[in-house]
Amino acid sequence: MVLKIFFPQCCNRAESGLLVGRWISGHDSAVVLAVIHYPFIPGQVKQYIQQSGVELTVLGSWSLPKEGQESMESFLRDLSTIFPQQRWLQVSRQMGKMGFICEVVNRNQKTQQEAKKQNDDEEEEKVIFVHYEQRKVMLSQLHPTESGDPDLDTEPPSELKQVFQTVARSQPLFFLDRYDDGPLKSTHWQSEGREASIIVELLKQASVPLCVLISWLLALWTWLCSIRIFSLYPLRFLSSKLSTCVQISYRTEHMRTLSSPKPAIEHKQFMRKGNILVSFLVDVGLGVLLMSWLYRDDHIATLANMLMPAADHVAKELEELLQWLMGAPAGLKMNRALDQVLGRFFLYHIHLWISYIHLMSPFIEGILWYGGLSACLGLTFALSLLSDMVALLTFHIYCFYVYGARLYCLKIYGLSSLWRLFRGKKWNVLRQRVDSCSYDVDQRYINAIHYFVCLFLTPGSRCVVQLRLVVVLFQGVLHLSVDFINSFPLFAMGLRLFRPYRLAEGVKFQVLCEEPGTALHLLMEINPLKCSTVVQLYRTPTYSCYPRDSWAALVKKLFVGELIYPWRHKSTKVD
Amino acid sequence: MEDEAFTDICGKPISLDCQSHSSFCREFIISSPKVSMGKVMVYTCSVWLLAYAVFFFTQNTAVLSGAILVTLVGMMLHIHFVKVDHESLLVIGSLGIQVSSSYASGREITTFIEMSKIKDIVINEAIYMHQIIYYLCVLLKDPSEPDAVSSVVPLFQSSKPRLNCLVKVYKSCQEILSKCQ
Repeated sequence: MVLKIFFPQCCNRAESGLLVGRWISGHDSAVVLAVIHYPFIPGQVKQYIQQSGVELTVLGSWSLPKEGQESMESFLRDLSTIFPQQRWLQVSRQMGKMGFICEVVNRNQKTQQEAKKQNDDEEEEKVIFVHYEQRKVMLSQLHPTESGDPDLDTEPPSELKQVFQTVARSQPLFFLDRYDDGPLKSTHWQSEGREASIIVELLKQASVPLCVLISWLLALWTWLCSIRIFSLYPLRFLSSKLSTCVQISYRTEHMRTLSSPKPAIEHKQFMRKGNILVSFLVDVGLGVLLMSWLYRDDHIATLANMLMPAADHVAKELEELLQWLMGAPAGLKMNRALDQVLGRFFLYHIHLWISYIHLMSPFIEGILWYGGLSACLGLTFALSLLSDMVALLTFHIYCFYVYGARLYCLKIYGLSSLWRLFRGKKWNVLRQRVDSCSYDVDQRYINAIHYFVCLFLTPGSRCVVQLRLVVVLFQGVLHLSVDFINSFPLFAMGLRLFRPYRLAEGVKFQVLCEEPGTALHLLMEINPLKCSTVVQLYRTPTYSCYPRDSWAALVKKLFVGELIYPWRHKSTKVD
Repeated sequence: MEDEAFTDICGKPISLDCQSHSSFCREFIISSPKVSMGKVMVYTCSVWLLAYAVFFFTQNTAVLSGAILVTLVGMMLHIHFVKVDHESLLVIGSLGIQVSSSYASGREITTFIEMSKIKDIVINEAIYMHQIIYYLCVLLKDPSEPDAVSSVVPLFQSSKPRLNCLVKVYKSCQEILSKCQ
């Protein structure tokens, strides 16, 4: 078997001393965490190991003799008797040479020597030194991360995972540095002095009162929302439909997550909190930017003045379209009576809508001004408000769509069943599929007449459906951008771009230059996660899940979805 | 370092480089032929001739600058995402197997598979239309179920060496795996 020793790069030039670390159970490997230098008192070392709160054992000895120092071979071997271990590693290095020499001393010395005499090659233990950068491995998180529930983990963690966990859990060990006046001097990545950032520390101190303030505000807001008058039926229904209200409740949930006083222990929770905070800050920043553009140079007045002529223009276009349909569109002769009825009906609707818009026109600027203020809560609020306003203003198109679509779907249904009749097939209600069926001549004749009648009635309704499509597309774009700002994991992406070692997919090994006679040296580097995996793993779940392919389904539904509708009423109609 | 004349399944010459770092650590690098200047010239000239023909009829200089942009961007995307320079397999006994492919622009994609997840390395046969192709692959197992094969990772996908090359790599790998698994 090959013995693997994970050696930190910071200890490559450490002075001679004791190696402390941990043996990985189940695999033939050891992780070296620090080197404790001479002089030391063995009793103090044992005490320190027990009190450090980290799973530590003495692994062996490290010797890097300086100039003038004679080698301490016998002294090192005597150490193995003071710290009784199953295996004792004696690692040594010569200055100027790159390779390490390692001797493994097993506890029962006698059997080792006897076995050596018998088969020389086999018992010689091969050693691999894997050099790792302690700081990066300590901060890194190996994916796939474990779920919080220990019951789900049936298999033991792999060797690499155990190595990463060992280094991550040994953080208390790294709080002892060279300048401390303790009994022991050690070398690890923080031994030159502990690293910390003033800004981070200040933010940590400031976050506590801030969290208290936010939770108090949230409590106030929740109390307001739970006033009985808001839970009456029409208001509740409206608030579930308006995207602004949905966005408000969504952000309230986020604030609640952020302002919880407990710090995030698990990696996933920490990432989630970070993502929420960063996306909220970016949202507010973009909103403030929008506000600064809107309130400068009288843009609001310009917008309000543009809105009226635009609405008039749309109404005029709609009227022209209806007049055209009521006449002879594209030379097709359609059913005059039906067209007149529908046309007059829709014209009256348009007339109502235009009067409503004219009534509102003096208030538009005021509405825009106060609505623009909502952008200070975030760009998502401004966009959802815009989407709601568009929905309210184009309510008439929605009405037309509902009427037209109902008629349209009836016609399409009739057309499709008559078309099937043409081909000699029939819908089998029991089996929910199309079966063949033989018809008589007179049945087929009547079918042909009905088919062409229906065919010429359809074009009128189609135009209304297309108009609705435009509105839905616009609203869809707004919703999509709101969703994107809400769910995109900016914190995780930033971490991946600027600190790629923190999100690790795996490791990579590189063979370091070897000298004959020394063990094999490998350099272990962290392989960061792919950007697409980062986005997939750390997406904040939103209230409306817009998967990529639902756009195609949406468009299809609008054109053919009237076809899907009748299938629901299939059981009531007998073919 | 050995360098015999191997070819891939299409007949193009490739080179195999075996390095033995230790008795239980070996590295195999298969290099594909480099980007041929002739092909680059042919593609560039054809795109520019086409662009010039379009310019001759439309007299719009945007076509020419568009063609130059397309050629440059296309070449950069090709050497960064498509053209594989060499693929390597590093077998470290009792630690794992590392598979990496480097592209012509220097980008490297590396995957490391731990020894506890590896069941075996085998040469598999595949029937693809009218050809029978041999490829080297790693059989992975779930540590909880040591007898079942959970997935197959094919090696040397871009270089596609022939059987003689694969047999050499296979024998070398099996020496290490049999000792150190």
